[in-house]
Amino acid sequence: MTLWKSVLAAAVLALASGSAALAARTDLVLGIPLEPPHLDPTAGAAAAIDEVLYANVFEGLTRIGPNGEVLPDLAESWTISDDGKVYTFKLHTGVKFHDGTDFDANDVKFSLDRARAPDSVNAQKGLFAAIDSVDVVDPATVKVTLKNPQGSFLYNLGWGDAVIVAPESADTNKEKPIGTGPFKFQNWAKGSSITLVKSDNYWGQPAYLDKAEFRIVPDAAAAVPALLSGDVQAFPFFQPDGVAQIEGDPRFKVVVGSTEGETLLSINNKKPPFDQLKVRQAISYALDRKAIIDGASNGLGVPIGSHQSPASKAYIDLTGEYPHDVAKAKELLKEAGLENGFKATLKLPPPSYARLGGEIIASELREVGIDLEIIPVEWAQWLDQVFTKKDYDLTIVSHTEPNDIAIYSRPDYYFNYQNPKFNEVIKELDVTSDEAKRIELLKQAQKILADDAVVGFLFELPKVGVWDAKLSGLWENAPIQANDITKVKWND
Amino acid sequence: MTAYLLKRLVIAAITLVLASMVVFAVLEIVPGDPARLMLGMNASAEQVELLRSQLGLNDPLALRYLHWAGGLLHLDFGRSYTYSVPVLDLVRERGVVSLPLALIALALSTVIAIPVGLYSASRRGHAGDAVAMGAAQVGVAVPNFWFALLLIYCFAVWLRWVPAGGFAGWGAGIWPALKSLILPAIALALPQAAILARVTRQALLEVLSEDYIRTARAKGMPYRAVLWRHALRNALIPVLTIMGLQFAFLLAGTVIIENVFYLPGLGRLVIQAIAQRDLIVVESVVMLLVAAVIAINLIVDLSYAVVDPRLRSRE
Amino acid sequence: MTLHTDVPEERLTDLIGKALANRSFFVGLLIALAVAGAALLSFVWTPYDVARLVISDKQQAPSWAHWFGTDHFGRDILSMIMLGARNSIAVALVAVGIGMGIGVPLGCLAAARGGLLDEALMRLNDLVFAFPALLSAIMITAIFGPGAVNAIIAIGIFNVPVFARVARAGALSIWPREFILAARAAGKGQTAITLEHILPNIATLLMVQGTIQFALGILAEAGLSYIGLGAQPPMPSWGRMLFEAQTRMAVAPWMAIFPGMAIVVTVLGLNLLGDGIADIIDPKARRQR
Repeated sequence: MTLWKSVLAAAVLALASGSAALAARTDLVLGIPLEPPHLDPTAGAAAAIDEVLYANVFEGLTRIGPNGEVLPDLAESWTISDDGKVYTFKLHTGVKFHDGTDFDANDVKFSLDRARAPDSVNAQKGLFAAIDSVDVVDPATVKVTLKNPQGSFLYNLGWGDAVIVAPESADTNKEKPIGTGPFKFQNWAKGSSITLVKSDNYWGQPAYLDKAEFRIVPDAAAAVPALLSGDVQAFPFFQPDGVAQIEGDPRFKVVVGSTEGETLLSINNKKPPFDQLKVRQAISYALDRKAIIDGASNGLGVPIGSHQSPASKAYIDLTGEYPHDVAKAKELLKEAGLENGFKATLKLPPPSYARLGGEIIASELREVGIDLEIIPVEWAQWLDQVFTKKDYDLTIVSHTEPNDIAIYSRPDYYFNYQNPKFNEVIKELDVTSDEAKRIELLKQAQKILADDAVVGFLFELPKVGVWDAKLSGLWENAPIQANDITKVKWND
Repeated sequence: MTAYLLKRLVIAAITLVLASMVVFAVLEIVPGDPARLMLGMNASAEQVELLRSQLGLNDPLALRYLHWAGGLLHLDFGRSYTYSVPVLDLVRERGVVSLPLALIALALSTVIAIPVGLYSASRRGHAGDAVAMGAAQVGVAVPNFWFALLLIYCFAVWLRWVPAGGFAGWGAGIWPALKSLILPAIALALPQAAILARVTRQALLEVLSEDYIRTARAKGMPYRAVLWRHALRNALIPVLTIMGLQFAFLLAGTVIIENVFYLPGLGRLVIQAIAQRDLIVVESVVMLLVAAVIAINLIVDLSYAVVDPRLRSRE
Repeated sequence: MTLHTDVPEERLTDLIGKALANRSFFVGLLIALAVAGAALLSFVWTPYDVARLVISDKQQAPSWAHWFGTDHFGRDILSMIMLGARNSIAVALVAVGIGMGIGVPLGCLAAARGGLLDEALMRLNDLVFAFPALLSAIMITAIFGPGAVNAIIAIGIFNVPVFARVARAGALSIWPREFILAARAAGKGQTAITLEHILPNIATLLMVQGTIQFALGILAEAGLSYIGLGAQPPMPSWGRMLFEAQTRMAVAPWMAIFPGMAIVVTVLGLNLLGDGIADIIDPKARRQR
């Protein structure tokens, strides 16, 4: 028996080492939660488009790196005029689109002019609003003139909405994307997966992988078995509540990184009784962030007390302003004339942080006498009812855009919040370029929002990536919503 | 016979037209603007309006119905809002998953159910009958998605024999594609097999109690021979009827199972399309399934008439 | 379809004796009573209060404190199942009520009047039948918003043609009977005959169909809430419990096993009960056993 076992073990070992001696794997199946509606990053807001194509198929003049830094991409280098209005980009030469056509300065002019044209369907036209003109100096040089200096211009050009497309293929990119990146599009099996393959004539450092399939796996329920059975080897955006099943399994790596997603219990500030500061403060006191983070993000979220990422230099910790205090919450409601409590609705979009967090928050607010009716909605309904028509009391959503504290000053934003003092701070911030002063202003802004208890500040959404332990090169953090696989490889 | 046939056809056609009106009307009142969804949170009102008119969402209701229904007649289902491809292409892509799945499930259920039903009928009242029918009772009561969960954890996660979900695609070869359909087909087939086994047994017993069978028995024909030679053939009609209805049910009933296994079939397409407010896709797929049900019912009706002339004369 | 003959004048004690001797009926009745009892009990008492989430107790394995374990919010699964029974029964019962309340009068009317009205009503029936029930229920709840009420309506609509057909077929087989002819000769109207003679004679038939539809309703509700379109939190429902269990199968299998068993046992019990009733009342079916 023992002999038989050792023979078997030897055989297994031989087999294992035999396969290890072969070349490393060069294919990857990567799970994404949502299917992109089409494949043109310059014509849609859906994050799912960038999650497949950004940096892999399409490239911009600049790009955003793994930690949110601006890196050169198709632009080799640039110079900025002293008044900050004229950017001159030096382009890489010898770059070809996947259909064989050459890339040069004319493509840059075409792409930027197309994105900012009046009939453009670019979802982020605001990124290009500062551009006055785009001029081709020579095939390898482009000059962009701005109407006024803009500190974030190079960052803006790194967005997926600002990638460079060719006039020959721009109209068909939705179905058959043609870019300049290290991967080219091969196939889209609708409802199932999108396959990219390595591009043979890439201008820069070629990709390690020969083939990458982006498979659509809609929820954690399906993602866990897909991972455990080896069908899918990486989920860069994994739902935190599925992590419990993967943790402790040596075959996988669980990587918790940061996002720019402030997860909020948004409050309709104009709708009674939420127009009363005391009611909003009572809600803030009623929230037990620890329980919410444990239940809705498997304990992985970082608590926040205002609208700023804890990773930011301007962050101040305001989580102590409203500690979990049921008695205090009840007292405030009494002062507001609502000692018998009241009823309200809580509309929840599909992500698990909202659906799970909503149940916990409903239970916590019930403790202080606020009876919430939970209404789950699809994204379409959420955008329509909550975001556009502002027909809601409370909702939970993560605001994933970076540095977006200014949304609280927008006159028509769905929070229905208005505070002239806050608006002044933001106005000053817009025209301030001194770093120290900017941080000071940002801190002031955070404090005002916390004092006004505009919304319930919950936690910074964690980015949970789960992938095969032998894979390297995937992003840990999510400064932008993308799956850059240009540096991904298998290690043995 | 011709009159009966014509009448059935006319009725089917009227049902189809009424059904199309119902589907169109119901989906017209869906809340949520597809244009807003496609453009996302940051799009301006003008951009949304531009897209609405491009998609023809601002035309009058009756015009849009006629346009849509007219298109259906020559298999033009329109273009999907979200995928911006013809709906027919989507349906074709998804149909090659759902149709084989339903067929495999039906085949599996038949292969399980008919022998069990035969065995039970031949052993009526014995322990074997009790066990088989007890198992069938349990089978009818099991929700297929729960059964699917248990199957996934047993055969995909634990034993790793088959994929946990997803569809390899027919392009990857017959075997990998079939492998990804095995578990969903089993999950779908089990409750159907339980129903079919009960129907088979019941139909056999009913035939066996007919006078001519008794006569055959009285003349000394062995029970098994009677069962095979007379009973099975005559019991086939109710069994086939149930199978026809089950196939229609399976085609539509794959919705939940396709979600459990994230198979890119018609059911998943409908659920996704509802979430994305891609109305034209929902309309078309529901209409197709309704048409399939009507067609199957028609065939069942007609085959009844062929076998049982009494039905014809009564109409 | 097998129809029973006119109800024989059986003594009640005989019927009860027969009922208790019928194994299907007996077991089915026990299960149904147990489930209904658990649901009723949940109005006054459950082992734990599930409205309060105790996150620190999450995903505990079954123990003496929590017989069926706890879920991802630290709620007691046994208590959730008891409350879920209430939801399942309510949805299925009202859906059957809708089906009977609309379907039976329609079916009786069609049988009594015949002619064009019968034809029109039956075509309407065909129309509803042509829609795949589950898919249409999904469509309805997705459009009008998920929730128990919309689930009831969606399931109820598809019960209407079922009961209409059964009632019509039953009524049609009774109308030509002699005692009906006698009643007509005595000058009774269609309504009176339907109420006094037809309905009592098809009651058992409807009861059998009712238990079947009740069981199907529970399965349909579970399916709808599994894909998130049934009862909404905080109201527990068996289908949603299964959905929530799915991401946690490997670490907390009890979250999936017990609610699933609850569905199977309940549906099984109802089907046995239906079979039993049919057996006891229907002499032909009994002869075949």
